[in-house]
Amino acid sequence: MQVNDNKEFQPLIVAFCCNWCSYAGADLSGTNRLNYPTNVKIIRVPCSCRVNPMFILRAFQKGADGVILCGCHPGDCHYTSGNYFTRRRMTLLFSMLDFLGIERDRTRVEWVSAAEGAKFAATMNEFTEAVKKLGPNRRLEDLRCRKQ
Amino acid sequence: MQRIGVFVCHCGTNIAATVDVKTVAETLGKEPGVVISQDYQYMCSESGQNLVKDAIKEHNLTGIVICSCSPRMHENTFRKAAAAAGLNPYLVEIANIREQCSWIHKEIATATEKAVILGRAAIAKVHLNAPLTAGESPVVKKALVIGGGIAGIQTALDIAEAGFDVDIVEKNPTIGGKMAQIDKTFPTLDCAACILTPKMVEASQNERITIRSFSEVTDVKGFVGNFTVKIKKKARYVDETKCTGCGLCTEKCPMKKVPNEFNMGLDNRSAVYIPFAQAVPKVATIDPNYCMMLKTGKCGVCSKVCSVGAINYKQQDEIIEEKYGAIIVATGFNPISLDKYDEFAYGQSPDVVTSLELERLMNAAGPNGGTLLRPSDKTHPHTIVFVQCVGSRCDDSKGKPYCSKICCMYTAKHAMLIREKYPDTEVYVFYIDVRTPGKNFDEFYRRAVEQYNVHYIKGMVGKVTPKSDGKIDVQASDLLANEQLHINADMVVLAAAIEPDKTARPLATMLTTQMDTNDFFTEAHPKLRPVESATAGIFLSGACQGPKDIPETVAQASAAAAKAIGLLCKNSITCNPCVAHSNELMCNGCSSCEKVCPYGAITYIDKEFRMPDRTTKVRRVASVNPAVCQGCGACTVACPSGAMDLNGFSNSQIMAEVDAICK
Amino acid sequence: MNKNLKEQVLRSSGVNVLKCMRCGKCSGTCPSYDEMEYHPHQFVYMVEKGDIETLMKSPSIYKCLTCFACVERCPRNVEPAKVVEAVRLAAVRQQDGNHLSPDMIPEMLDDDLPQQAIVTALRKYAK
Repeated sequence: MQVNDNKEFQPLIVAFCCNWCSYAGADLSGTNRLNYPTNVKIIRVPCSCRVNPMFILRAFQKGADGVILCGCHPGDCHYTSGNYFTRRRMTLLFSMLDFLGIERDRTRVEWVSAAEGAKFAATMNEFTEAVKKLGPNRRLEDLRCRKQ
Repeated sequence: MQRIGVFVCHCGTNIAATVDVKTVAETLGKEPGVVISQDYQYMCSESGQNLVKDAIKEHNLTGIVICSCSPRMHENTFRKAAAAAGLNPYLVEIANIREQCSWIHKEIATATEKAVILGRAAIAKVHLNAPLTAGESPVVKKALVIGGGIAGIQTALDIAEAGFDVDIVEKNPTIGGKMAQIDKTFPTLDCAACILTPKMVEASQNERITIRSFSEVTDVKGFVGNFTVKIKKKARYVDETKCTGCGLCTEKCPMKKVPNEFNMGLDNRSAVYIPFAQAVPKVATIDPNYCMMLKTGKCGVCSKVCSVGAINYKQQDEIIEEKYGAIIVATGFNPISLDKYDEFAYGQSPDVVTSLELERLMNAAGPNGGTLLRPSDKTHPHTIVFVQCVGSRCDDSKGKPYCSKICCMYTAKHAMLIREKYPDTEVYVFYIDVRTPGKNFDEFYRRAVEQYNVHYIKGMVGKVTPKSDGKIDVQASDLLANEQLHINADMVVLAAAIEPDKTARPLATMLTTQMDTNDFFTEAHPKLRPVESATAGIFLSGACQGPKDIPETVAQASAAAAKAIGLLCKNSITCNPCVAHSNELMCNGCSSCEKVCPYGAITYIDKEFRMPDRTTKVRRVASVNPAVCQGCGACTVACPSGAMDLNGFSNSQIMAEVDAICK
Repeated sequence: MNKNLKEQVLRSSGVNVLKCMRCGKCSGTCPSYDEMEYHPHQFVYMVEKGDIETLMKSPSIYKCLTCFACVERCPRNVEPAKVVEAVRLAAVRQQDGNHLSPDMIPEMLDDDLPQQAIVTALRKYAK
C-alpha cells in the first residue's frame, strides 16, 4: 500500500475487465488519451463472469482499497449470458461485504462497452475519488500481508 | 525453475515519453525467475521480434513477458514469434503499458511505477502459464437445412453447387413453403409458382440434395463440424420409393371433405392427397385423421387402385440419425391467428379473409380457378376493403410489437391486381403508414394509387360488421378528412401480422441458439454477422430471423449458404485452447457447471476411480468438450469444489496477478 | 400550452400519450364520433401537444359515452377514453375552484356565527 503521510492518500484499485467490452473500452480511453488516475490497475479476464468472488476478497486481503468489475452491457455479453451471472454473484458478494462492514463504495460493477472509452475514464476517475474519500481499507486487509 | 524473459517496448516515444523504459526493464530484471530483461525501440518490428526469438533460443526461456501495447493489438504477433523460436505460444504474456499506462498518464514517476506493477503482474502470471495446444476437430462435410421453403431451397442449392451434400428437412409433405401458395410477387408481378417450381425441381434432381419431406428434427447433439441429428420421418402410409404421383388414389378416395390446408381451408381435399400439382416430392400422403381405413379399418380403396402397390397402412414413424457439419435454420413464418381481433369479424363472416387466403382465392390453381369470388355466395365482389397492420405494431398485450414489413407491398399488389382484372371493383386500403423501402417499391405503390386508382385512406378500421343482406359494414376513420366512414363492402381483407413458425422455439432449444422475445432467431451480430447464430455452426436463413420479403430471403439464404460452405470447406476446425477443464479428482458431480454453461459444453460421465484401498468406484464427473467450450469461465466460479478451471486464465494465474498488483 | 394542466391530465388519466402511433382506430371505432367536435385520436394528440384548454371548452368532453371501445381496440394500449375522462375531470375541477380562501375569512367573521359554519362555508360556498 502506498500511504505517505506527507502526501494525499493514494488508494490501490484493482479493476477486472472483460476482454471483449471493458478491456477494449479501457484501450479506447488510452487511444483517445483520456486520463484517469494511475491508482487503477487492470486485470484482463475473458468475461466478467470469470471473476470469482475469491479474487475480490483476495485483493482486499492483500491491501487493495477498492475493486471494480467491468463487463459488457446486459444483453451484449460476448458469451451471451456471462454478465448476468456476474450481476447476481456480485449482488450477493456485495451484500456479504456490507455485512462485514466494508463500505459499499469500495466495490462496484460497471457495464462498459468497447466503444465507451470516455465512460471508462469517467468511471475510473469517479471511483478513485470515491475510494479516496473512504481512506485506506483496514477492515479486510490481512495485516500479515502488509508491506513493511 | 522458470527462465523468464522481459521485453520492454518504447513504441517510439509512445511509451518512452511518459514511462522510463530503462528503469522498468531494470526493475523487472530483478524479479524472481527473470533471466533477461531488455528494452527496444519497436518490439513489434521484425528486428524487435528477432530480438525476442534470439533471446528465447539463447537463454532457453520458459516464458516471456512483453511490456508494450494492448494484447488486443499484438498478442498474436508475439505468440507467432515465440512459436517460431520453439516456445509454446501460450507462454507469452503482454503487459499493456501503452493504452493503459503511458497514454493516459502524464507524470513520468507514477506512470513508471504503474508500468513496473503491470509488468510484475504479467511476470507473476507467466510463471503459472502452461503450454497449450489448440485442439482440432474434424468437420463432417454435409449440411442440414431445416425448412424447405424458398429460403431452405436456395440455401441447399447453393451448398450443393459448391460440392457438398445437403439434406432438407421439411415438416410438410412437400417443399415450397409459403411462396408456393403465393399468386404473384411484388414489385414485378411475375407468377410465384413460375419462379419457384423450377427451383423445387432443381433441388429434387440435384444428386447432392436429399429432400426429407414430412419429417421433423427431434434431437440435436454435438457441436460445430460434428452435429448428430435425429430426424423423425412421419408415417405417410405411402411408400415414397414406389409412388409415381399419378393421383389416381386421390381421385378415388371416398373421403373428400377434408379442409385443404394448401388453399387455407377454402376448399376440400381427399384424405389421401398430394398438396398441389407441382409438389416435390410428388408423392401421395394419407391423412390419418380422416382416412376411413386407418380410423375404422373399412375402406382400402386407395390400395386397390394403386397400380404400383405403394399404399402401406402399416407404416410407422421412423427415426433416422445423421451426422452434419453445419445446420442452417430456415423455419420461416406464419400469419398470426386472428381469433383475438373480433372487431374485424374474422371467423364471423367467410367474406372477411386474410391476405394469404386472398392469394389462394386469386390463384389460378386456387379454389375458384383464379376468378375472384366471395367465399360466401361465390359472387363477384364490387367493393373490397383492405385493412393494414392487423396485429402488427401493437402493444405487447394486443399483438406483435414489430412491423411485419411485407404487408404494405403485398396489399398494394393485391389492390393493383384486382383493379386491373376487375375495373368495376372499388378498392379501399386503410393504412397507418405506407412503408415501401425497397428497390422499385415506392414506385409500385404510387402506380397502385395513380394508375389503378386504389383509394388509400389514412386511418384505421375500427369495426367490421357483417350484415343480414350479406354485405359487410366497415366503420373506419379517415384521419386526413377528419371524418368517420362507413363503407358497404363485399369483402374485407386483413393484412395479418406474421410470426415465426411454432416449431422454431423447441428447435432453438435443441440447437442452443438464442431467440428474441418474439421467437425470431437472434443473429450473432445485428450488423456484421447477420446470417450466423451465436452458436458456432448454426446459420440462419430467411424469415426465421425476422420478417422478410422474397428477394431479401433469397439473399440471406445465399449468404447463409456461403457461411456454411466456408465451414464445410475446412477439413478440421482449430479450437480455442483457452477452455475450461475439470479436475476429476475434485469434481463432486453436482451439475452446477452444467447449468451455467451457455453452450452446453459440459456433460457428465460415469468414470471409474481407484480408491486408496485398491477397490474401484464409479463416480459421476464433469467433462468439458473443448470443441464446444468458448472459454467464458462461468463454470469456474459456479463450481463449489474448485474442480473447474480455465486454461490461460486459471484461478492461480489471476490470484497471482492480484497478489502482484497488491504487493 | 399549459404545462400544469397537461401534467394534471396525464397524471389523473395514467395514460402515456407518447405510445400513440396515430392510426386512428379509436376514432374509427367511436360510436359518438359524429357528435364530437374533437375526436378520440385528437384528444390524445392535443393532450400530447398540451392544448388542453381548447378541449376543456369543447362540448366533446360530455359527448364521450365512456363505452371504452377505443380502449379495447387501441393496438398500442393508449386508452383514449381515459384521456377524455381526465380532461373532463380537469374541467370539472376548474369550475369548482372558486371556493373561499382562508385569508378571506377574518374580515367576514361574525361573533354570532358558529365555528362549524365557517368551516362548512369554506368548503361549500363560492364567493
